[in-house]
Amino acid sequence: MDYQFHWRPVIQALPDLLKASLVTLQVSLIAMALGLMIGLVLYFFRASQLRVLRGFGSTWVEIARNTPSLFQIFVFYWGLGEFGIFLSSYTAVVAALTFNCAGYMAETYRGGFNAVNPGQDKAARTLGMTRFQSMRYVVLPQVLRAIYGPMTNQFTWVILASSLGMLAGLRELSGETQYFNSRTFRTFEFFAATAVIYYLIAKMALLLMALLGRPLFKAERAKS
Amino acid sequence: MIVLENLHKSFGPLEVLKGINLTVDKGEVVSLIGASGSGKSTLLYCINALETIDGGKVTVDGVDVHAKGTDINKLRQKLGTVFQQWNSFPHLTALENVALAPRVVSKFSRKDAQEIAAKQLTHVGLGDKLNHYPSQLSGGQQQRLAIARALAMEPTYMLFDEATSALDPELVGEVLDIMRMLASEGMTMIVVTHEMSFARDVSDRVAFFKKGVLAEIGAPEDVMNNPQDPDLQRFLSTIG
Amino acid sequence: MTDVFTTLQWSDLIFLLEGAWKTIQISVVSILLGTLLGMVFGWLMSLNNKLITFAVMAVLDVFRSVPLLIQLILFDSFVAIAGFPLPAFWSGTIVLIIYTASLVAVVVHSGIDAVPPGLRAAARCLGMSYWQEMRHVTTPVGLRTAFPSWLGVALATIKDSALVSAIGYVELLRASQILNTRTQESVKIMLLVGLIYFIISYPLSRLGARYEQRQKS
Repeated sequence: MDYQFHWRPVIQALPDLLKASLVTLQVSLIAMALGLMIGLVLYFFRASQLRVLRGFGSTWVEIARNTPSLFQIFVFYWGLGEFGIFLSSYTAVVAALTFNCAGYMAETYRGGFNAVNPGQDKAARTLGMTRFQSMRYVVLPQVLRAIYGPMTNQFTWVILASSLGMLAGLRELSGETQYFNSRTFRTFEFFAATAVIYYLIAKMALLLMALLGRPLFKAERAKS
Repeated sequence: MIVLENLHKSFGPLEVLKGINLTVDKGEVVSLIGASGSGKSTLLYCINALETIDGGKVTVDGVDVHAKGTDINKLRQKLGTVFQQWNSFPHLTALENVALAPRVVSKFSRKDAQEIAAKQLTHVGLGDKLNHYPSQLSGGQQQRLAIARALAMEPTYMLFDEATSALDPELVGEVLDIMRMLASEGMTMIVVTHEMSFARDVSDRVAFFKKGVLAEIGAPEDVMNNPQDPDLQRFLSTIG
Repeated sequence: MTDVFTTLQWSDLIFLLEGAWKTIQISVVSILLGTLLGMVFGWLMSLNNKLITFAVMAVLDVFRSVPLLIQLILFDSFVAIAGFPLPAFWSGTIVLIIYTASLVAVVVHSGIDAVPPGLRAAARCLGMSYWQEMRHVTTPVGLRTAFPSWLGVALATIKDSALVSAIGYVELLRASQILNTRTQESVKIMLLVGLIYFIISYPLSRLGARYEQRQKS
C-alpha cells in the first residue's frame, strides 16, 4: 500500500467538524421531538372511529415505513419544486426525518398502549377521573415506560440518519466532512474521523436517554 | 340510596340483565351471589356507568346515572369501586396511588392529598408500606391498597366486584377482614362475592342471581339457610 | 434543439425498472449473506463465554453506531487507497452485508435467549447432543420469536440499499435522480419510484404484521 495517510488537515478542520456536529444534534432533536408528538396524534388517528382519520394515519405510517429515508429526504428537497415549494436543505431534512420518526413512533405507541392493561383506565375512571386525566396521569406514564427502549433506538437512528442530509446539501457533520473532503481529497481520513465522532455522539445519546429515563423506572428499580 | 328500576342490559344478542329491581339503603350491605355469568358484575358496572344500559333506570341519591347531562365523574366519586384484578397503578408508590385522585379530581394540594392517602393506607393496615411500589406488595396488600384508593375519595357507597377471587387462598382473609371492618363502620356496600361465609355473616341482605334475573333476595339466614329456588339450593350445596 | 430537457419516455420507465432490479439484487445478496453471517455472530454471542459475547457485541455495535452512509464512503475509499478498487456494486454490497449481519446478530441472539433454559436442558437430558438440541429445539423455538424482527431487518436492508447510490451505483434511487435532472418532471418520477419501493417493501411489512398478530392470538 503506497498511500500516505495525512491527518493534519483533519485535525485542522476538527473545530469546524465539531461545530457541524451541533447541527446534527439540533436536526435530530427537533425531528425526534416533533416525531414524538405527531406520532402520538397519528396513533390516535389510527385508533379513531372515523375512517378518514384512520386512512390518513395509516397512509402516513405505511409510506414512512416502506420507502427509504433517503428517498423521503429527496422528496422534500426536490420533489415539491413543481408545486412551487422550495425548502432549504435544513427544512427539508428536518421535515423528512420528522415524517419518518412520526410514522415509526405511531407504530411504537400502538405497542405501548397495548401493553397497558385496560383495567388501569377503568380503575382511574371509577375514581372520578375524566378521560383526559386518566390518560395524563395513569395511562400515558405507563405507555412512556413501555416505549422508552424503542424510543431510545429511534433517537439513535435519527442521529445517524441525519447524515443523509449531506446528500441534500446540508452542512451537518457529514456535509461538513464532505465539504473538507472536496477541498483536500483526504476522503478516508476525514470520514474515519467523522465515523469516530458519530460513534461518540451515539453513545452520548444513549447515556443521556438512560439518565433522562431514570425517574421513569423507579418502580422497576425498587423491585430489587 | 341506590335504586335500580327494571334494569335491562344486553351484550349483542345476549341479554345479561333482564329487568332488575333493587333498592339499597344507606348503611346497608347487600351481597350478590350466583354462578359466573349470571350478570352480577355487569350490574355493578351499570351502577357506576362503566357500562351503558339498554332499558330501565339507575339512580344514585336521586340522580339518574345514565341520563344525558349527568356529571358521571362527579357521581363516581360517591361510588368507590374495587375490582377482581386490583388494578393498582404500577408506576406509583402506594402513597401516590391513593393520593392521585384526591389531588387531580378533588383538587387537594399535594400535601393534603398525601395526608389523606396516608390515613387511608393506615386504615387498611398498610401504614408501613407507604413508599412501596405495587410490585413489592402481595396480591392481598394490593387489594387493600385498591380499597384505600377508593376510600380516599370519601365515597358514600362501595362496590366490590369479586374482590377476593383472584387472590391466593391464604391472602383472602386479610381482604375480607378489611371489608368486614368497613361494614361495621356503617359503609353502604354492594358486594359481588363467592365467599358464602362473608355473605352470611356480614350482609343485611343476600341476592341470588340466575341467568340475568334476581331470583331470590332476603335476609341471609332466610336465603342461605332456607332457600326456596331449586337452583339456589343446588348452588349453595355445590359451593359449600 | 433549444430545450436541454426532454420529456419522459417509455425508455425511461425501462431505465427505472432496471434500477429497481439492481436494488433487488443488492438487497437479496445482502440479506442472504448478511443473515448467514449474522447467525454466526449471534450464535457466538450466545455461547456461555462472556469474553466472546462482549467482544462480538462491541465490534458489531460499532457498525450500528456509525451511519451506513459513512461506512460506505469509508470502505469505498479504503479499497481504493489499498490498491484493489472494487466495482461500486461490490463495495456497496459488502458494507451492506456486514451492516445487515450486525443487526441480524442481535435478532438471533435474542431469539436464542428467548428459548427457556429448562427446555434446552430437558433436550440434553434426553440424550441429544449440543448440535442435535440446537437443530431440533433451539432453532425452531427461537425462530418463532426471531422471525418478525428478522423481517424488520430485511425490510431495513432493502431501504438502506438506496444509500449505495451515494458511491455512484445506479440503483433505483440514483436512476430516478438522473431522470429528474434530465426531464424536470420530478413529481411523476418520485411518485413512480416511491410506488416501486412500496411494492417491494409492503408485502414484507404486511407479512410481519400478520405474523405478529397470529402470535398474539
